[in-house]
Amino acid sequence: MAGLELLSDQGYRLDGRKATELRKLQARMGVFTQADGSAYLEQGNTKALAVVYGPHEMRGSRSRTLHDRAVINCQYSMATFSTAERKRRPHGDRKSTEMSLHLKQTFEAAVMTQLYPRSQIDIYVKVRVGLTLHLVRGIIAEIDFFVIVHKHVSIVFQQILQSDGGNYSVCVNAATLAVIDAGIPMRDYVCACTVGFVDETPLADLCYAEENGGVSSLALALLPRGGQIALLQMDARLHQDHLETLIEAAMTACKGVSKVLDEVVRQHLQEASVLTGE
Amino acid sequence: MKDTPLSNCERDFLLKAIEEKKRLDGRQTYDYRKIKISFGTDYGCCFVDLGQTRVMAQVSCELVAPKENRPNEGIMFFNIELSPMASPGFEQGRQSELSVKLNRQLERCLRNSKCIDTESLCVVSGEKVWQIRVDVHTLNNDGNLMDAASIAAITALCHFRRPDVSTQGQEVTVYSPEERDPIPLSIYHMPISVSFAFFQQGTYLLVDPCEREERVMDGLLVIAMNKHREICSIQSSGGIMLLKEQVMRCSKIAGVKVSEITELISEALLNDRKARKAGGKCGFAESMPQDRITALKKDETPVEMTDVTETANGIIQKGEAAPQTVPSPVVPVPGVGQVGQGLQNSWGLEEDDEDDYEEEKNDNSGDEQVEEVTKMDVGEGDVVEISDSEEEDVVILNPEVPEKPKNTGSKSHQKGAAASKKRQKK
Repeated sequence: MAGLELLSDQGYRLDGRKATELRKLQARMGVFTQADGSAYLEQGNTKALAVVYGPHEMRGSRSRTLHDRAVINCQYSMATFSTAERKRRPHGDRKSTEMSLHLKQTFEAAVMTQLYPRSQIDIYVKVRVGLTLHLVRGIIAEIDFFVIVHKHVSIVFQQILQSDGGNYSVCVNAATLAVIDAGIPMRDYVCACTVGFVDETPLADLCYAEENGGVSSLALALLPRGGQIALLQMDARLHQDHLETLIEAAMTACKGVSKVLDEVVRQHLQEASVLTGE
Repeated sequence: MKDTPLSNCERDFLLKAIEEKKRLDGRQTYDYRKIKISFGTDYGCCFVDLGQTRVMAQVSCELVAPKENRPNEGIMFFNIELSPMASPGFEQGRQSELSVKLNRQLERCLRNSKCIDTESLCVVSGEKVWQIRVDVHTLNNDGNLMDAASIAAITALCHFRRPDVSTQGQEVTVYSPEERDPIPLSIYHMPISVSFAFFQQGTYLLVDPCEREERVMDGLLVIAMNKHREICSIQSSGGIMLLKEQVMRCSKIAGVKVSEITELISEALLNDRKARKAGGKCGFAESMPQDRITALKKDETPVEMTDVTETANGIIQKGEAAPQTVPSPVVPVPGVGQVGQGLQNSWGLEEDDEDDYEEEKNDNSGDEQVEEVTKMDVGEGDVVEISDSEEEDVVILNPEVPEKPKNTGSKSHQKGAAASKKRQKK
C-alpha cells in the first residue's frame, strides 16, 4: 500500500471521495420473515446482515438472567470468504469475540433494557464478500445457504458479508436497523462511523485500503440527538492535540449516517403501511 | 470458582463515598497507587506492583519463519494469563470475557502503536525472523490489571536482551550470551495505558480503580499514551455514555500520569542496570517484600490530617460524658476476682444444670495467676461451686493481690480453654 496517496493535493481520496464524504449507504429492513427483526446494509463495498431475535425468555444459562433488565447477546462473525485472505475460523477467535463484546456493549447502552426484565435479546451480525447481484436476490441466494446451515440454531447471525473496511461501524448500523425492525425500543439511533487522520485532515468513513495504510483510525458509535458516545475505539498513534478534531469529525459523520438510517426506516414504514392499507 | 458477590451495603457505601469524592484507601480521584517495579534474574523478566495488584511479564524470543505477507518483519506475540492465583473468579484455561478484553487491549496498545521496530528483528528475509513473545501472568488481582499488565509488558520489553546473530549467506549463527553480549530490542516509544472508571452513568470518574471500585463501576475508559503525548489507543467498555468533553479531560489526565510512570520505569531500568554491573543480587527472591511480623516497617497510608484536631475537638465536645461509674473489681475472697454484677439468670433453671463457659484453677500449670470465675448467673460475690462432682476440688492458689481482672481475663480464657479440655479428658 506504500505509494498510494491517501489524500491527494486536490483533496480527493483513493476512491474519489472528498475528506468528509461518506460512502454510499444502502439498506433494507425486514429481509427475513422468520426473525423478529432483520436488516441488510451496504456501506460502499462492505456488506453486512443483521438479525435480531427477542425479547424472549432466557435460553442457555438461566443464571445470567438479570432481574431488572434484559440481557443482550451479540455475535459477530465473518464469512470465511469475506476478506481477501480466506479466514479459517469464522468466529471464536479473539478479534471476533472482541467485536461481539463491543457490539453488546454498544447496544446495552442504547436499547431500553429496563422494559424487559428477565429476558434476552439476541443480535447476530455477519459480513460477506458476494457477487454484485441485485440487492434482494443476492441475499436470498446467500440466505438459503445460511439458513440450511444454521437451521438448528434458532437465532440467525448478524453477518458481515463483505469486509471492505469499517467492519464495526457497518455492523452497528445494520444492527440498529434490525433492532428497529424488531420493534425493540431504543433511546436513539445508534450510528457508527470510522474516521481516519491523514495530513492533518480527518477522513470520514474509511475503506479497507485506507484502514490498512497505517492511518490512525477511530471508530465511534454515537447517539446523535444527545451527542452521547456509546463506544469509542482508536488504534495507531495520534497526537493528543488532534484528538478533538477527530472526534468532532466522527460525530459529524455519524450524524450524517443517522439521517440516512432515518430515511430508510421511514421509507420502510411507509411501504409497510401501504401494504396494510392505512 | 465463582467470585464472592458484592453485597448491597458495600455497593451503596462505595457509591456514596465516591459521590463525596472519597476512596477506600484515602487516595484522591486522580491518584495512582504505589507502583513498584522489580526485575528477575533473567533479562526480560519484570514484576510490577500496583498497590496490591501484582503481575509478572516475561519476554522470550525464538527464530521462526516470517508471515507470508510480511517477509522482512519480526513477529510479536502477546499473551495475558489470568490464572486462578490472582483471583478465585479466574478459571484456568477458559477464555473468559475479561481475558479476551485484556489480551486485545494489550495487543492494540503495543502492536498497533508500533512501539518496537519489527524490521530490526529480521535475520534472513523471508526465512528467519525473531518472534518475540511477551507473556504476562497475573499474580494478584486487586483491580486495574490492564495498567499493571501494560507497564509490565513494556518494561520487560525494554529490559529484554536477545541473542546476537550473524548471517553468512543463508547460514545463521546464533551466539549464546557467553560468546557475545545479547542485544536489547529497539523500542521507539513506551505506550502505557491509563484506566478511568466511571460511576453513576458517567458523573464521577476515578483513575486506577481498585478491585472493589471495579465491581461497582458502570464502565471503563482505557487510554494508552506515550510520553510524547501521542495517543496509542482508546477503548471505552461497559455500557456507559460518554461526552466528548469527558474524553478530552481524560486524555489530558492520562498525559500527565503517563509521563510520571515513564519516568518511574526509566529509573527502575537504570537502577537495575547499575545493580547488574556492580554484580549485586537481583531477582525475584530479592524483590519480595519483607512482611515479617517483627519488622516495624509498613507502607505509609496517606491520610488527610489537616483538619483532624478540629474534627476531634468537635466530636469530643458534642459527645456524651463518659459514664462515671467504672466497675471496680470486687474481691470477695482472697484469690478470687470479679468484675461487674453479671446477669440475672432468666432461664429459671437450677444453678447446677448450667454448665456454661467456666474456668477452673489449674494447679498443673504451676502458675501463680489468679483465675477468674465467670458465670452467667453470679449474683453474689461468693465462691460458687461449679459442679458438685466429688472428683474435682476447687483449690485456691496463693492469695495474691489480684491484677487487673481484665488482663487475667484474657489470659485465663486461654488457660480456661486448656483447662476445660483437660477436664473433658478426665
